Amino acid sequence: MNELSLELFWKPYLAGACFSLCLPLLGLYLRLRREYGAALAYGQIGALGAVGALALGLPTLLGGLMTSLAAASGKHWLSRRLPESGLFPLLFLLGWSGTLLLAANLPAVEHLGQALFEGQLYFVSRELLYGALTACLLGAVLLRRWGRYLLLAELYPAHFLARGQSVWPVQVGFDLLAAAALALAVMCLGVMGAFALVFAPPWLAFILAPDWRLARRVAPALAFFAYTLAFVLALYGDQPFGPVLTLALTGITLVLLVFSALMRRTKIFSRNENPL
Amino acid sequence: MNKLLVAEQLVVGWDAPVTRPVSFHLERGEILALTGPNGAGKSTLLAALAGQGRIFSGTLFRAAGARLALQTQGLPPVAGLPLSGAELLALTGASAQGLPPWLAACLPLRLDRLSGGQRQYLSLWSVLASPAELVFLDEPGNNLDRAGRAHLQGALRARANAGAAILLVSHDPELLPHCDRHLMLEPIS
Repeated sequence: MNELSLELFWKPYLAGACFSLCLPLLGLYLRLRREYGAALAYGQIGALGAVGALALGLPTLLGGLMTSLAAASGKHWLSRRLPESGLFPLLFLLGWSGTLLLAANLPAVEHLGQALFEGQLYFVSRELLYGALTACLLGAVLLRRWGRYLLLAELYPAHFLARGQSVWPVQVGFDLLAAAALALAVMCLGVMGAFALVFAPPWLAFILAPDWRLARRVAPALAFFAYTLAFVLALYGDQPFGPVLTLALTGITLVLLVFSALMRRTKIFSRNENPL
Repeated sequence: MNKLLVAEQLVVGWDAPVTRPVSFHLERGEILALTGPNGAGKSTLLAALAGQGRIFSGTLFRAAGARLALQTQGLPPVAGLPLSGAELLALTGASAQGLPPWLAACLPLRLDRLSGGQRQYLSLWSVLASPAELVFLDEPGNNLDRAGRAHLQGALRARANAGAAILLVSHDPELLPHCDRHLMLEPIS
């Protein structure tokens, strides 16, 4: 592998592949908690932080991470003062308007603002690749450990109190993990590309998977396939990556949903025709 | 010591007291039924014993190391969730041994594809059969059909015989005769 192919092909591909495996797993638990809107909120707030950091002459990666983590840390404090359903849309709108206004008024950050909307996968830095690898590995390890607690907290919230255990460290840890992964992913795939990875594959897995174990496999597998397809299509078609990834994910999801509905209908018809 | 729970002159509630002072104890291997009219504070007492409600006065002793399992009224929110019956039991560490055959066959299926009664019994089982010495059940017979209620009576006795102490809230006239003792709660007013 020469240096050129590493820079032009493998580095962006690996960074995006990490997010395509990690974000759908996070998306499963965000959907479980009815919080998948958090993906848009953390992502857009991260974008605002990155643009703001560039405007101040600070590292964009650090700016995006810090603002997204601050939003996740303040979630519980804010949600006590705002109705829960309004928190994530509000954060998203704040992030979106702030990012656009900064990009419109500061020529130095206009390019970054545009890249965060479109996804700048092919210009991924080495630091972002390391960040993606870390998020992917950390996400896999922590979600394996925390998965049972997150499920129990949703299904049997009384369980922890009855046992005299605290579940908040796991819940806050998950919020921070999701916020950090999304802030990094936005800088690689764009806001909508990252959101599509959190939303579409878990949605499909929730509908089609027969159990949680398979849902944890179906969602990343589907996302990785759609990501690889989008990578090739965007590269050869010279298209912005974020929209191509979003289109691939939503397209594949819709095709699979229609196919599964048709299969179910065929089964019902055949059962009706031959009741024995 | 066989006493796993001792309450003396206990008054519980949420923002304000909702029970009269109540005293009782619960021993290993016994089933105690909490009865009384609606509004007497039976569910609140159960919640307070499990650490959820507030204890206003009185004393509560729980044997050191006694693990507690609490089943509340209402089902876990599983609509649209790809979670199988076997996975639900694994979450609470409940054993599938002793499940009625008509429910054991449903374990590989998603919970949201089961009937309301099957889901109710499975969620009850996930608490009843979980590793705990103190088992608190709030209206466990709700929404169960005749077969479910009949199986529940045997399952409660088997769990108690295995060493657990069971405290249950119930109005079910079929279930109450299978309890060892009854404690009647009277409303405050």
